[in-house]
Amino acid sequence: MTENKGKVISINGNLVSVEFEGNVSMNEICFVLVDGVALKSEVIRIKGKVAQIQVYEMTGGIKCGDEVEFTGEMLSAQLGPGLLGQVYDGLQNPLPVLAEKAGWFLERGNYADGLDSEKKWQFTPTAKVGDILRAGDYFGTVPEGAFTHKIFLPFGMLSKYTIKSIAEAGEYTVKETVAVVTDERGREFSLTMCFNWPVKRAIRCYSERLAPKETMETKVRLIDSFFPVAKGGTYCTPGPFGAGKTVLQHTTSKYADVDIVIIAACGERAGEVVETITEFPELIDPKTGRSLMERTIIICNTSSMPVASREASVYTSVTLAEYYRQMGLNVLLLADSTSRWAQALREMSGRLEEIPGEEAFPAYLESYIAAFYERAGYVRLNDGSFGSVTIGGTVSPAGGNFEEPVTQATLKVVGAFHGLSRERSDARKYPAIDPLISWSKYNCVIDSKKSDFLKGVLLFSDEIGSMMKVVGEEGTSVTDYVGYLKGDMLDSVYLQQNSFDLIEANCGTNRQRYVTDKLVTVLGSEYSLNDKDKARTFFNSMRQRFIDWNYTEFESAEFKKAEAEIDSLYKEGNGSISKQAEILLKGGEQ
Amino acid sequence: MNKVFNRIESIVGSVITVKALGVKYNELAEITTRFGKSLASVNKIDGDTVSLQVFAGGQGVSTGDEVRFLGSEMQVSFSDDLLGRIFNGSGEPRDNGPALTDNLKPIGGPSVNPTKRILANRMLRTNIPMIDMFNTLVVSQKLPIFSISGEPYNQLLARIAMQAEADVILLGGMGLKYDDFLYFKDTLAAGGALSKTVMFIHTASDPTVECMMIPDMTLAVAEQFALQNKDVLVLLTDMTNFADAMKEIAITGEQVPSNRGYPGDLYSQLAARYEKAVDFADSGSVTVLAVTTMPGDDVTHPVPDNTGYITEGQYYLKGGRIEPFGSLSRLKQNVNGKTRKDHRALMDSMIRIYSAFKEAVEKKNMGFAMSRWDEKLLKYGELFENKLMDLSVNLSLEQALDLGWEILAECFDRDETGIKSDLIEEFWPVK
Repeated sequence: MTENKGKVISINGNLVSVEFEGNVSMNEICFVLVDGVALKSEVIRIKGKVAQIQVYEMTGGIKCGDEVEFTGEMLSAQLGPGLLGQVYDGLQNPLPVLAEKAGWFLERGNYADGLDSEKKWQFTPTAKVGDILRAGDYFGTVPEGAFTHKIFLPFGMLSKYTIKSIAEAGEYTVKETVAVVTDERGREFSLTMCFNWPVKRAIRCYSERLAPKETMETKVRLIDSFFPVAKGGTYCTPGPFGAGKTVLQHTTSKYADVDIVIIAACGERAGEVVETITEFPELIDPKTGRSLMERTIIICNTSSMPVASREASVYTSVTLAEYYRQMGLNVLLLADSTSRWAQALREMSGRLEEIPGEEAFPAYLESYIAAFYERAGYVRLNDGSFGSVTIGGTVSPAGGNFEEPVTQATLKVVGAFHGLSRERSDARKYPAIDPLISWSKYNCVIDSKKSDFLKGVLLFSDEIGSMMKVVGEEGTSVTDYVGYLKGDMLDSVYLQQNSFDLIEANCGTNRQRYVTDKLVTVLGSEYSLNDKDKARTFFNSMRQRFIDWNYTEFESAEFKKAEAEIDSLYKEGNGSISKQAEILLKGGEQ
Repeated sequence: MNKVFNRIESIVGSVITVKALGVKYNELAEITTRFGKSLASVNKIDGDTVSLQVFAGGQGVSTGDEVRFLGSEMQVSFSDDLLGRIFNGSGEPRDNGPALTDNLKPIGGPSVNPTKRILANRMLRTNIPMIDMFNTLVVSQKLPIFSISGEPYNQLLARIAMQAEADVILLGGMGLKYDDFLYFKDTLAAGGALSKTVMFIHTASDPTVECMMIPDMTLAVAEQFALQNKDVLVLLTDMTNFADAMKEIAITGEQVPSNRGYPGDLYSQLAARYEKAVDFADSGSVTVLAVTTMPGDDVTHPVPDNTGYITEGQYYLKGGRIEPFGSLSRLKQNVNGKTRKDHRALMDSMIRIYSAFKEAVEKKNMGFAMSRWDEKLLKYGELFENKLMDLSVNLSLEQALDLGWEILAECFDRDETGIKSDLIEEFWPVK
């Protein structure tokens, strides 16, 4: 805390102008003192001796002349062991601690440390006296749940440091000194197990950033097989209300093949956060055998919480994600919803009386969104290991119209687009990702040629479907009609997936490969079906058998039995496989 | 220490400015004009220039009128004395009862700590089959009733107010027609529900600023009752008027509009109100039902659109009925597995068959021949619409389920409904 102080000279909503004396930096944190309560705020504009600050709380009761204390520091997240399993607000205050202090409501000016300063952690040094450290290097570890939490030289220490002393293995709190280092000029620094990092700055203490290649399994067939997401990649899920954005993210947060999941509930319903908090501790993570909550961090700034900290919550979440990436872990950040974050920017921009861009969003909207998604990435760390941050953001376009600025700005920077459609959700086809508009630049878990072949089946079927709306079933040839039925079947047995059934929802890569091979065979075959009624009956029963198959455990006896049912029906229909499908199944060789 | 000023610098719309020092943001003031007294609240301070939003509007305010600052923010009196009373947006009595000034509580307070909420899991019975059976209302849910002007949404609200299993009913009326206000008053009085009801009413002829206060006043009182372990049902009508009042004031205040003239914070403003719906761990609850009229039946209009993103589903009122297709209660899964074991299966099948009926009607209208199956569907559709969908139907959930089975049995054979065999065995009516 600096001695720098100022006085309030005007108030407009949560925008307050302050006259100050010494030096004030942009994005510096300050506190407005009102009726004995200090309200956290951030400097967002400086003109002469007047700083304009956004207050992260409700501003009622502030008057001209009220004192403001500047801290000299930017909005920071506290990084160290003990982040996993926490439920934070947008400013990294642990909500259960706030509830203990203030009861039912989020009273303003009530803050708490992000990390528990009492708890002891089992520290094991991994470096010795005389070792040289650079930013991003670690000198010890503590066990945190299923993970080995590395203790780093703070990322902001930018020169070369020599370890002068280091604590022995044993139990320490995050605030106790565990090492002393000296820099090249001989100045000493005491290191603890935690440090602060300004949330609006990306953590770049790695050796190299690489292109994302490896697919991140989400266990959602439609995503993994057709519109995949890579570890270290980015994707967005825009959709109108009720299309199932949140359910889809909820499923992803449970089943995604990553080490750590960070859920940023940004400006959404409190009830959904309550659902996660209630449900996750009861669920078991198949990878570690521990509760799902132990790999999860929830940052929630729900819609009725102050708007300015909604903006901060997005940055706090991505900072925590980057921190765990430094440990060689794969982290998934799910932001729901980035539109609410953009609206927070819009509200502030309006108060600052900036010239508005499209739909009154500020002109810098695009660059802010781009900068946020660019904090994802797959990196090689100083010790040679790899880590990733994957970002998935939902977008809530006004009126479900994807032409609006937030969706468009997001589409420019992400690697995959999962567009949810009202049409599909109304028809109860979940997940309601529209296969005809979605795309991905990453590698899918199945052979990409097979993926393209199946997409072709869908596309053809859609064309016939729209044609049939005009000419009717009567005017369609049997061959075309069969093409239509094939796409329809693919949609119901593979694209649609019941996220509430444990087996069905958790469809791994091997199973996806196995099932798509079967689908290539069935959909890539000709049948002796000479009229439409026969064709419809055949594909209806084929569909039913595939659905039954989906609900059996992979490679179990029932699975094989259900598969045999499909094979026997295939024989009954005199299926003969086409040349194209045969080549595909042989792996592209003639 | 109340400071009095009698030099008003400017009057624009309902906003006046005075030169004053030591005034707090959001502080309340009382302005005395030739038409009487009105409250006003500070909405901007720039040095010694203080802007105030006058609740009664700027009409007739003179530059020489007296402004007295009260030192506190807007508050509402809370006690059991509120029950049965009617107030306006400034908290003054609209009935002939005494003004209440004890135990003042702030309005528009902070939001509930999410870790102090519990998962919504109790059904709120209304005895309206389209709600109880098909889109169950859950305690602490926030649901809008999307409706076109002219639909009987206020009648629906009044019925819910009378029949719902709630300890306290809060009614917030915004831009209400005077007739509708009287209708609510008379219906609740006749139904004997007035004694557990508190009303905050702004009618269409009252000042716009007061319209904006209604949800906050209503919800602040609701929250207080909930903290006394009461299950509170809040009925708001009509939130589109609330949004329009916000629009009017934002535009007069020269705010940059974002979408069709609405201010950029429309989502946050609506959310701040709807999120007051809560089920407190170890205490009572607040459930919110709010009418949102859709201009031109357009669900993409900013008000219904933003509302849809905030609320947990919606009831879609069309043609005097709650439409089964557009309507959705996102929380119904939390409760409808625990009511009666045939509830979910019957709900799904009846809706599925009803959608087949709609297709049959379309076929019929296009002049195609009707099969025997189509005839059955047409009969079913008619029975379903008259016996269950009609808004005047008043049945408990169990009666409605029984009736559902009867309708099915009247139209179909046992194996035509697609319901699991063991349920058919148990519930199919024997003739």
